[in-house]
Amino acid sequence: MGWFLAALVLCGAAALVGAGLPRRVRVAGSALLGAAGCLIALAVALRTLIAGDTLTWHTTQILPFTGLSLSLDPLAAWFILASSFVGLAACLYNVGYAKGAMASRSAQSLFMVFVLTLIAVPAASSIMSLMFWWELMALSSLLLILTDQSRHREARSAALWYGAMTQIGAASILMGLLVMTSGGAGQSFADLRSHSSSLSPLAQSFAFVLVLLGFASKAGAVPLHVWLPKAHPEAPSPVSALMSSAMVAMGVYGIIRVGEDLLHGGTPWWWIAVALLGVVSAFYGALHATTSTDLKRLLAYSTIDIIGLVLIGVGAAGALKDNGQLGAAHVALSAALLLVVAHAAFKGALFLGAGAIERATGTRNLDLLGGLIHAMPVTALVVAISAGSIMAVPTLSGFSGEWLLLQGLLHGFATTSTPTVIVMLLGVIALALTGGLTAVAFVKSFGIGFLGQARSSGARDAREVAVSMRLAMLLLVVPSVALGVAPGLLVAMLSRATTSALGGKLASPLDAGTGLVLSRLGGAIAPAALLVGLVAVMALAWLLNQTLAQRRARRVEAWGCGRDLQTSRMQYTATSFAEPLQRVFADVLRPQSDVEVTHVAESRYYEQSLMYENRVVDVLEARGYRPLIAAAQRLGRVARGLQNGSIHRYLAFGFVALVVILVVVG
Amino acid sequence: MIANVDSLSQGLATLLQVIVVALGGPLLVGLMAKVKARAEGRVGAPISQPLRDLRKLLAKERLHARHASVVLPLAPMVIMATSVVAVAITPLVSTHPLLGSSADILVIVYLLLTGSAAAALAGLDPGTAFGGMGASRAMTIGALAEPALLVAVIALSIQSGTSNLPGIMASTLANPQWVLGPSRLLALGALLIVVIAETGRIPVDNPSTHLELTMVHEAMILEYAGPELALVSLGEAMRVGLLFSLVANLFLPWGIATHDTALALALGTVVVALKTAFVAVAVALIEVRSAKLRLFRLPELLAGGFVMSVLAVVTGLVTR
Repeated sequence: MGWFLAALVLCGAAALVGAGLPRRVRVAGSALLGAAGCLIALAVALRTLIAGDTLTWHTTQILPFTGLSLSLDPLAAWFILASSFVGLAACLYNVGYAKGAMASRSAQSLFMVFVLTLIAVPAASSIMSLMFWWELMALSSLLLILTDQSRHREARSAALWYGAMTQIGAASILMGLLVMTSGGAGQSFADLRSHSSSLSPLAQSFAFVLVLLGFASKAGAVPLHVWLPKAHPEAPSPVSALMSSAMVAMGVYGIIRVGEDLLHGGTPWWWIAVALLGVVSAFYGALHATTSTDLKRLLAYSTIDIIGLVLIGVGAAGALKDNGQLGAAHVALSAALLLVVAHAAFKGALFLGAGAIERATGTRNLDLLGGLIHAMPVTALVVAISAGSIMAVPTLSGFSGEWLLLQGLLHGFATTSTPTVIVMLLGVIALALTGGLTAVAFVKSFGIGFLGQARSSGARDAREVAVSMRLAMLLLVVPSVALGVAPGLLVAMLSRATTSALGGKLASPLDAGTGLVLSRLGGAIAPAALLVGLVAVMALAWLLNQTLAQRRARRVEAWGCGRDLQTSRMQYTATSFAEPLQRVFADVLRPQSDVEVTHVAESRYYEQSLMYENRVVDVLEARGYRPLIAAAQRLGRVARGLQNGSIHRYLAFGFVALVVILVVVG
Repeated sequence: MIANVDSLSQGLATLLQVIVVALGGPLLVGLMAKVKARAEGRVGAPISQPLRDLRKLLAKERLHARHASVVLPLAPMVIMATSVVAVAITPLVSTHPLLGSSADILVIVYLLLTGSAAAALAGLDPGTAFGGMGASRAMTIGALAEPALLVAVIALSIQSGTSNLPGIMASTLANPQWVLGPSRLLALGALLIVVIAETGRIPVDNPSTHLELTMVHEAMILEYAGPELALVSLGEAMRVGLLFSLVANLFLPWGIATHDTALALALGTVVVALKTAFVAVAVALIEVRSAKLRLFRLPELLAGGFVMSVLAVVTGLVTR
C-alpha cells in the first residue's frame, strides 16, 4: 500500500510542480512526476491482480471527522490498471501537446489533479473518501474543459451541461449511499457490506436506483448521456482521452462496486435495468457515431456505444448470478471488464490521434480533412489499429471483448427466467446491430480523414506531430494488439477481479492460455493462430504480386469517365458517406436539412446559387432535456414574482409560515 | 471432438478446403453467369470464364491512382487473407479443419467484415467520387446485413448450445429433426437474404453492371488493375463460395467428412460442391426473376431479413 500512496503523492507533487514552476520546466517536470506516479500505480495494480489480496489504509487526517480510507482489491485494481495506463500515456502526450492555455499553471496543475483522482477513485473505501475523490475528479475535469474557452465558444455551454449533470449525479450517488447507512451503519464500505443485508428490500432497491442514476450518468448511459458528446470533444485532447477512457469507466466501477459488492447482487430486475440502459446506449451511440462529422464528437458517441456493451455485460452478469448461473455470470462480467481496459486503450489512442490531427490541421471537422496518411504516417497507423480494434477486427482487443460478451449472453440463454432471457436476446441484438454501425463510423473516420485528397488548406499543409505525442499514441496501441493476440494472458487477473466482484470462491470458467477457452461451456478462440494465418496469406499475396509484376506500379490519373483532373471537391465527404444510413435511420436520428435556392432575376427556372445544410441534433436533448430546462426556467420566472421587494409581502410570508408551523406542531 | 485426429491430416484437410474454395469460388461465379444466360435465352460464357479472367489479370501491369496511399496495394492482401483464413477454419469439407475449435461464428462474421472494411478503405483511397460512392453504399448494406447474419446464426447456436461452427454441425447431424423446425426455416430465409446482399447479387447489387448510378461493389474497386484486381476478385469469389457452402452446410450438413480418411474427404468435397452448386443455381434463378432494387428500398429487404432472424431466435427459445 505504501507504493500506492507514493503514486498518489507523486501525482500530487506533479500538480504542485505544474502550479509552481516557471513555464519552461513546468510541463516537462509535472509530466515526469505524473508519469512516474502512473507507472507505480500501474505496477501496484498488477501486483494486486496477481496476488489477489486486498490492501487497506486509513488515516484520520486529510478529511475532517471521518478521515480518508483507501482499499485496493482486485476489482479496484482492474480499473486502476486502465486509468493509470491511459494516465501514463496522457502525461507523455502532454509534453508535446501543452502550448498556450494548456501550458498555463492552472491547466497543468488541474490536469495532474485529474490524473490523480482517476487513480484514487477506485481505491476509495468509505462514503466520504469516495465522494471526496469523485467530486475532485468532476471539478478538475470541469475546469479543464474551460481551458481553451476563449477560442472555443461551445466549451462554456458544454461545461455548463457537464457541471449540472455531474452535480445531480453526485447528489444522487450520495443520497443512495446515505440510504444504505440508514439503521445505524458506519460510513466505511466494510460496514455497509455487512449491514446491507439487514436493510429492507425496498430500501436496498431505492439505494441502488439512486446510485445507478449517478453512476450511469457518469458512464454516459442513454438517456443520461447528453453532457458527454458536448464535454468530451471540447476538452483539450489529453483530457478528452482521460475522460472518455478512464472517467466513464469510473461510472461502471461504481455500479459494480455498489450493486454487486456492497449490496450483494440484489434482485434480478436491477440488473435487467442496467442491461436495458446498455442496450439503448449501444444502439443510440453507434447510430450517432456513424452520422457525426466532428471527429471528437464521433469518438464521444462511440464511447457511449462501447459503454453500452459494457453495461450489457455487467447487467447480464448480475441477472445471471441472481438466477444461479455463476459460470455464465463470470464470463459476462469478464467481457465487461475486458472491454473496459480495451476501450481505455483504443479510445485513448483515438482521442490522442484526434488531438494530433487538430494540432496539425487546425480542425477536427472530417469534411475538411483528407490525405493525412501521407504527412502523418505514425498517427495514421495508430488510428488505423485503434479503429480496427473498436470495429472488432479479429486479433485486436475489441474482438476479444465482444466475443466473450457473446459467449456470456449465449450461455445465459440456458436460464429459465423469462425476463432474463429477453434481456439476453436484446443484448445479442444490440451487439449485432452496433457491429455494422461501428464499422461504418470508423471506416468513415479513417477513410475520409486519412485517405483521398486533402479537402482544405489546413489538411494539405499538415505535418506530423511532436515525438512525445507520437510515442504516447504508440504506447496506447500496445494493449490493443496484445489483448487481441493473447487475451488469455490476462485471464488469471480477470478471474480475480470478477471473483472479488461477484463473491464466492474462484469460479471463473475461463481457462488460462494465450487464446480464450471456455472448456466447460464449449467455445474457444485462438487469435494468435489466426494472426499467423492472416500474416502468412498476406505475405504470399505480396510475393505473388511482386513476382508477377514486371516493374513497379505505374502512377496514373484516377478514372473520371474520361475527364482528367479530379478535384478534392468531387470526393465523398464524411457527411455524404453517412448519408444513406442517416436516411435509413431518419426516424431515430431526425436529421434536419434545409435547401435554399436563389433564382436568377430573369427566370425562376435558373438557379443562381444553392445552399444545402444538414444537421443531426441529439433528439433526446432536443425533445427530452430542452423542454425540462424551459419548464424549470418558467417556474423560476413565476417564483420571481414572489420576491418583488415589498416588505409587507415578506412579513406576510413569515406570518403564514409561523401559522403553518404552529398548526403542524400543535 | 478433435483429440484423436493428428494435426497433419487436419492440415491437409484444411489445405484441401482452401484449394477447393479457391478454384470452386470462381467456378461458382461462372456457373451463376451461365445459368442466368441460359435462363435469358443466351449461350453465355463458359463456366470457367472467371478463372481465365484471373489468369489474364495476373499477367497485366499494376496501376496505382495518383493520390492513392499504401492502403490501395495493402487492401487486396487483407481481403485475400481474411477470405482464406475464414475458409480455412470453417467446416466445409471436413468437420474438423485445423483451428476448427476456434471456428466461431463471430470470428467468421468479423473476418468478413474486416475484408469489407478493407475494400471500402481502398475505395476511399484514390480520392475519387466513384470510390467514395461505392464505399459508402457497400458499408451501408454491410451494416444492415451483418446483424441479420449474426442473429440468424445465433439462432442456430442457441439450439446447439455453442457458437462453434463444427459444434453446430455436429449437433445438427445428431438431431436431424431440427432441420425442418420453424426456427431453422426462418433462419434459412434470413441467411439467404444476407448471402445475396453480402455477395452483391440482384436485387441488392448487380455484379455485371458498370452503370454509375447503380453500381456498388464495382465502383469501390474501380481503381484496381492487374494482379491486384485479380486478388480482389479471387477474394470476392472465395467469399461467395464460403457463404454459399456455409449456408448449405449449416442446414444440411450431411456428407461432410467427420474423419480424415481419403475416401471421406473425397466424398465430402463432392457433396459440398454439389450442395453449393445447388445454392448457386437457386440464387441465380432468383436473380433472373427479380429486378434490382433502388438503393433506398434495400433497407426494407434487409430489415425483413433481420426480423426473420430475430423471429428465428424467438421461436427457437419458445419451442426448446
